[in-house]
Amino acid sequence: MRYITPLKAAEGLGSAHEGTQHHWAMTVSAVALLILTPLFMITVGRAIGLPRELVLAYFARPFPALITALFVIVGMLHFIKGTRIMIDDYFQGGVRKGAIIFSVIFGWAVIAAAVYALARMGLGAIVVL
Amino acid sequence: MADVNRGNRPLSPHLQVYRLPLAAVTSILTRITGHALVAGIVLIVWWLVAAVSSAGAFACADWVVRSWLGFIILTGAMWALWYHLLAGLRHLFYDAGYGLEIETAQKTSQALIAGSVVLALLTLIIFFLF
Repeated sequence: MRYITPLKAAEGLGSAHEGTQHHWAMTVSAVALLILTPLFMITVGRAIGLPRELVLAYFARPFPALITALFVIVGMLHFIKGTRIMIDDYFQGGVRKGAIIFSVIFGWAVIAAAVYALARMGLGAIVVL
Repeated sequence: MADVNRGNRPLSPHLQVYRLPLAAVTSILTRITGHALVAGIVLIVWWLVAAVSSAGAFACADWVVRSWLGFIILTGAMWALWYHLLAGLRHLFYDAGYGLEIETAQKTSQALIAGSVVLALLTLIIFFLF
C-alpha cells in the first residue's frame, strides 16, 4: 500500500521531476514581456522617423538601450521556446530537428545583431565631451 | 454478408470544413501572431544595425521602415503584439485554472479581439499625435 497521496506525486515538478521547465520558462518570460512590451512600444515609437544622428543619440541613452536590449533578448528567447512547441506539433523526424536548430540559431542571431547595434551606439556609456 | 453501411457514417469534424468556435479561432491566432511578430522585430533590428553601419545602409532601412510596406508591417506587428500580449495574459489565467468555461472563453475571446483593436488604434493615435 502506498502512503503517498496523488497530490504529493503530482505537485511541484510533477511525478517525472522534469518536463515542466519549458512551460515555466514560457510563463516567466511571458510575465516579463507583459511589462517590457508597452515600454518597448513607447521606446521604438519615439525613435522611428528620426534622422540617423538622432537615432544613434537616442539609443545611446541608458533607458532606450536597456529596454530595447531586454525586449529583444527576452522576446527572442520566448520566440525560440514558442516555435519549439509549434515545430513539435507540426513536424516529424529530420525536418523537426532541422527546424529546431534553425529556430535556435535564428533567435540568437537576432539577439546578437541587436546587442551589436546597441553596443556600437554606446549602451548608455557616459560620454565626456 | 452483413448489410454494411458504407459512405453514410457520421464523420469527425475536419479542420477544412469544421467551423471553429471563436475560442478556437482566438487560440490559434495567438500562435499565428506570435510567429508573425518575428517580421516586425527583424525589421526593427535591421534598422538598428543599419544605423550603426553606414549612412547608406541607414537610408535604405529607414526608407523601408517609413514606406507603406514598412507601415503595414510595423502597424500589423504592433496589433499582433497587443493581441499576443492579451492572449498570453488570458493563457496565464487558463494555466491557473480560471476562465475555462465555454461561456467565459467566448466572452474573453470577444474581449481579446476588441481589446487588441482598441489598443492598436490608441497606439496609432498616440504615435501620430506625439
